[in-house]
This record gives sequence, structure tokens and C-alpha cells, in this order.
Amino acid sequence: MGRLLAACLRRQLLLAVRRPVEVVNPLVFFLLVVMLFPLGIGPDPRQLTEFAPAVLWIVALLATLLAVEGMFRGDFDDGTLEQLVLAPQPLFLPALTYVFAHWLLTGLPLTLLSPLFALMLQLPGKAIGTLMLSLLLGTAVLSLIGGIGAALTVGLKRGGILISLLIIPFYVPVLIFGSAAVQFAAAGNSAQPQLLVLGGMLSLAVALAPFAIAAGLRISVDAG
Amino acid sequence: MWTWFHKFGSPPWLYSIAGSILRWLVPITVILLAVGAVWGLLYAPPDFRQGNSYRIMFVHVPASVVALAGYYVMATAGAVSLIWRMKMADIALRSCAPIGAMLTFLGLLSGAVWGKPTWGTWWVWDARVTSMLVLFFLYVGIIALYEAFDNEELAGKACAVLSLVGTVNIPIIYKSVDWWYSLHQPASIKFTEDSTMDGSMLRPLLLMIVAFYCLFASSLLLYMRSEILRRESSTNWVRKLVLAKAGQGSANAV
Repeated sequence: MGRLLAACLRRQLLLAVRRPVEVVNPLVFFLLVVMLFPLGIGPDPRQLTEFAPAVLWIVALLATLLAVEGMFRGDFDDGTLEQLVLAPQPLFLPALTYVFAHWLLTGLPLTLLSPLFALMLQLPGKAIGTLMLSLLLGTAVLSLIGGIGAALTVGLKRGGILISLLIIPFYVPVLIFGSAAVQFAAAGNSAQPQLLVLGGMLSLAVALAPFAIAAGLRISVDAG
Repeated sequence: MWTWFHKFGSPPWLYSIAGSILRWLVPITVILLAVGAVWGLLYAPPDFRQGNSYRIMFVHVPASVVALAGYYVMATAGAVSLIWRMKMADIALRSCAPIGAMLTFLGLLSGAVWGKPTWGTWWVWDARVTSMLVLFFLYVGIIALYEAFDNEELAGKACAVLSLVGTVNIPIIYKSVDWWYSLHQPASIKFTEDSTMDGSMLRPLLLMIVAFYCLFASSLLLYMRSEILRRESSTNWVRKLVLAKAGQGSANAV
């Protein structure tokens, strides 16, 4: 079992390393949209400071959403998923490795680069630690929820916009607590309650989402 | 003892039982709606601060309550469909979604109409309004996912999974938006303590809520009956049914 999971994860990461553009794309998207906001709102630093937590979180959410559609696409097309469905091991464990690989390739780089974007948007320095911590927890939840949407729509020819419709409603709580944490920290308050709630959401999502993803994958493999 | 339950898996049985329930449920719904509407809109006393505008409540509250309950009906159908692989549960799930979406929309719309005279604005991003909006998108998502599949059996399963994911998430969404400062009043009807609403307004409101539940049930059964006919259109029992109806019709015409 451990070997299967390690092989799954290794394969995911290897495939990603061979196509680095797909890893970089969400980050470039993040940068581009962050650039759009000052152009739209105006360069006034005070206003930017006020909007920065929300902007950073919304853009991180959209970047994850953009990448989530491809989570199972390649392996669905070449039949790997079908083999995993047929394998004797329970499907939810390999499903979890897909999500983990996805998070390693989108959520984690976004988190690591976020201080740079935070400085561009004039976010106060004291909030940067909270921003990174909230993104670290929050993007993992986003990847898990996104995995459910991706699993349900991977067999469909026209899944693109559908997946946003399916999962954006479920992204609402993560966004609220994530950007609230950064806002609290920027105002000089403790963001611990929000971060704890994000951690709670992550625990719940890790426990439940893999089963929904596995069920979704079975349906999609049947449909394909 | 489980035979009654397994009967739900049979389309002709469900079709006919739904028909005989509807025969008395539809009149009851119409009577309750009429009595509740007249009582609430004409005879209940005006509110001492909101005047007559509060009467929108008699549509707004029942629609919203039943819209939320409808989601759980839909998710229960989804669970039944996944556990017992019952085709009829898929039909119930598929039929719940548009009805629930319409009720949610009605709740949002009547809320906007009520918000204008009382809050001075059509729309606020407050906890309850926002979570109802999210609920609306959950319903729309179910409909969109169902329509995206070519195979109806798989569509039903996919929607069942999605609706179950929603049951976990709805309380979280609700609580998270509740964190904002809220303009919306807290619920006035309480089961455990005295309601903060006078009985002269509460009684017609409760009647309207019951009426909307009946409305939901009868629309659901009607929708399910038409779905059953559509899906089973190539089977023998539907052909017999249609031919019998056609025979009656022509006999009446003569």
C-alpha cells in the first residue's frame, strides 16, 4: 500500500517536472491578476492596504481553481485512472495523493511566493506571516474541495465552466476565514481563531473529501 | 418488512401511488395557500413599525424555510440512490433541484422586495442573504451537473455525491457567513422558548409554512411523475397507460 502511494505521488511529481509550464502557469496568473488590481483600484497605497487581504485571497482561490481542472485530466485520458479503479487497494488513498501532488504544485508555491505579492499590494509586514499560514492551510482545503469537482467532471467533454459552478459555492467559507485572518493580522489583532477554524476545515476536508473524490472518479471512469 | 421500501423502486407503482396522493394533496395545498394568504395578507394586524410591508413575510419566510429543507430532501434522495441504487431516488433528486432553486429564488426575490422599504436597500451582503444565494448556486450546480452527463444513471450518481458533499458544507457555509455583522434579524420562531412574534401574526405564518411544505411535496410528486413517464416512455406499462387515456379521451369525444 505504501509503495503504491509513493509510486503514485512520485509519478505525479515527475510528470509535473517534465512539463514545468503547467506548474508555472498558475503562478503567472496570480502575478498578472495581482497586477490588475492596482490598475483597477488606483495606486493609492492606503486603499491597496485595505484591499490587499481580500485581493490576495481571491486571486489565490482563482489560481487554484484554474489548476484544479487538470488534476485528473491526463490520467483519465491515458487510462491510468481506470487501472487505479480496478486495483485491489481502496481508491481514496491514491485519490489523496493526486490532491497532495496538486497542492505541492500549486498551493505551496503560491504560499511561498505570496510575501512578494503582499509587498506589491502594500500589505503591512506584520500580516505576512499570517498570510502565509492562512494560505498554507487554506489552499490545501481548496485543493481537496476542488478535487471533488474535478473527479465528478473529468469524464465530461464540457467540464470547464461547470467545475467553477460546482465548487465556488464550497470555496466561500475558506475565503471568508482566510481573508478575515489576514485582515485581523493587518489591523494588529490576533488571527488565531480564524487560523484555527481553517485548520478545522482542513481536518474535516482531509477526512471526508477523499471518499467523495473516489466516488466521483468511479462515476467518471464509468462514464468515459 | 422491507417490501414497502423496495416498492419505491418500481416506476409503475410509484407513478400510481404518487397519482393517488396528489388527488388529495393538491386540493389541500390550494386550500391552505388560499386560507393562509387571505389570513396573512388581509386579516393579520399590521406591524406597529413596518406597517403593512411586513406582510411579505408570509411568502418570504415559508419559501426560504422550505427551500432549505428541500436541500435535505434532495440529499436524502441522493443517499438512498447511492446506498440502495434506486432509480426512483435519482428521479426524486433530479425533481427536487429545480423546485428548490425556484423556492430559493422566490425567497431571495421577496427578501429584496421586503428589504427596500425596511432596510432601504434591495440587497445586503448579510449572512442569511449570502447563504441563501450560495444555496441557490448549489441547486443550480446540481441541475448543471445532471444535464452535463449523457448517461442518466451516472448523472444521478454524480448528483447524489455532490448533494451529499453539500450537506456537510451547508452548515459550514451558514456559520461562516454568520460571522459577518448581520443586518438580518435572528429567527423569531423558536421551538424551545416563547416566540418573539405575536400569535396573531405567528398563526397565519405557521399555516403558510405548512402550505409551502405541501406545495413542495405536490410539485415534487408532479415533477417526478412526468420524469417517470419521460424515462420509461419506451416501456409497456406507459404505452398501456397512454393508450387507455387516449381511449377514454376518444370515447368522451364521441
